[in-house]
Amino acid sequence: MSRIDVRKTYKLFIGGAFPRSESGYSYAVNDTKGAFVANAALASRKDARDSVVAARKAFPGWAGKTAYNRAQILYRVAEVMEDRRPQFVQAVRQSEGLTAARAEKVLDEAIDRLVWYAGWADKLTQVIGNANPVAGPFFNLSTPEPTGVVAVLAPQESSLLGLVSAIAPVIVTGNTAVVVSSYDRPLPAVTFAEVLSTSDVPGGVVNILTGSAATIAPWLASHMDVNAIDLTGIAGDTELATSLEVAAADNLKRVRRAPAAEPDWSVDPGLDAMTAFVETKTVWHPIGS
Amino acid sequence: MPPTPAAATSQGPAWDFSDVTHSDASLRRFLHGLPGVDQVGADARAASLGTRSIKTTAKAYALDLAIRMVDLTTLEGQDTHGKVRALAAKAMRPDPADPTCPATAAVCVYPDMVATAKDVLGDSGVNVAAVATAFPSGRAALDIKLADTRDAVEAGADEIDMVIDRGAFLSGRYLQVFEEIVAVKEACARPDGQSAHLKVIFETGELQTYDNVRRVSWLGMMAGAHFIKTSTGKVQPAATLPVTMVMLQAVRDFREATGQMVGVKPAGGIRTSKDAIKYLVVVNEVAGPDWLDPDWFRFGASTLLNELLMQRTKMTTGRYSGPDYFTLD
Repeated sequence: MSRIDVRKTYKLFIGGAFPRSESGYSYAVNDTKGAFVANAALASRKDARDSVVAARKAFPGWAGKTAYNRAQILYRVAEVMEDRRPQFVQAVRQSEGLTAARAEKVLDEAIDRLVWYAGWADKLTQVIGNANPVAGPFFNLSTPEPTGVVAVLAPQESSLLGLVSAIAPVIVTGNTAVVVSSYDRPLPAVTFAEVLSTSDVPGGVVNILTGSAATIAPWLASHMDVNAIDLTGIAGDTELATSLEVAAADNLKRVRRAPAAEPDWSVDPGLDAMTAFVETKTVWHPIGS
Repeated sequence: MPPTPAAATSQGPAWDFSDVTHSDASLRRFLHGLPGVDQVGADARAASLGTRSIKTTAKAYALDLAIRMVDLTTLEGQDTHGKVRALAAKAMRPDPADPTCPATAAVCVYPDMVATAKDVLGDSGVNVAAVATAFPSGRAALDIKLADTRDAVEAGADEIDMVIDRGAFLSGRYLQVFEEIVAVKEACARPDGQSAHLKVIFETGELQTYDNVRRVSWLGMMAGAHFIKTSTGKVQPAATLPVTMVMLQAVRDFREATGQMVGVKPAGGIRTSKDAIKYLVVVNEVAGPDWLDPDWFRFGASTLLNELLMQRTKMTTGRYSGPDYFTLD
């Protein structure tokens, strides 16, 4: 007698929990050859709203942790990913149609990327902060502070390396994130959500929505309680990008603009992804005698 | 239908419960003769009413109505005159960016803050409600409770929120609770012949059963309460949907029996617009549309108002709003 398949329907990741979409909808996810793999929840605007509430609630606690502690937590995420290698490799193969060896390499790069960003947690301030020379008896210190709640439209093609490269730089500086995963390739994001919930990342710091960026992004771009938006995931869609930038202007969101084409995620990302979502705080302090 | 007291058969305009309330024994007989509440049924009914979908124009109406029903409350030991002034200003103009936003029903404060609140509110139409009678525990001698009440009325309170003696109620001394409410109601009288409205707080979180909630509702209404109120907000659980539903059934039955309308005020624990709208659905379905008015239904709340304002702003602007755009209080 043949065994009956366990057909999976994955859920969203909001505020540290795994709820179904408020809309009740899900959609079929196929591998690159068109074979059914699993169902994923189709996030609605209300899921986006709930995610923003969760992210806002998590923000003070996350931003208030020491940079060293955030580094430890990000490193822990990398550790747990390492423990789940086979699952990630399978998800990447199904999503991106890679060979096992190529998928292993992508996973290596994703884990290394996370470790690399974890290292930046307590070093970024030293690199982009400054003790400014001023004409008076004052210490004048500029330091980067997290921007707040950041909406991240994750890359559509690079479902794991691109996803990690989009999320890690946002949260490492103390921001919290609402992430819209790749529509056609959401499964690595779902597995990544399971990793986040079993590492030490507080609930609400990263919220992952599977679904269509074109449907959800306008609500995030116009949301008055979202402080910044990363449009990388809609690379090439100039029309949508423009309308999102217009909507984002209402509350002066920081916008990381959509590139013309999806970037090559395997190259050294530099500091841009981190510095895009920090605010410079400058403090004047009397030197005294 | 509740059992009808003997006097109910006469056609007198005013309702006379004196045959019920003349002794502890008769009062007990009446209250324990009320039909019991099916707890599972009440929970299920409240939950099913909570699933109604209220959208678009109905939602806009419900949000505005809910704002008009809010008793904007601050009952903290750390309250200052400045905070009460700020709160009173907010009650008059909840959303300074939108002149079409209605004012709240009242501001609810401790008695020593009444004069401050009244000073700001003046004749704006927003009432000042004061909690009295050794709020929130109600553990004080009767003359102290009465002095507390008179003091608040003298300072200009339009409404008095009193707490009942839960210890007396739970140990079955119903007449004592009844007489205390009657005495406090008398203390609400003003020299000009008018009287401050009396809200009676039952603290349903301490009453254990829905049967007790139904009994205490009748007790409060027979004693002359203008409003019956669930909770002080200092005890968990505070207001819940099923408890409020049982109280709404009681006011509906009381009007059927006597022709008199009594208001209901859930307080504490109502934090989201969605919750508030669920309560309004229950009001409409259980008590009837007559109660959909700030004169007959109120929300005791503080954080709820900002939630309602955010939802209202979402309805008018088409984009989600955030807490940054409303006052912290």
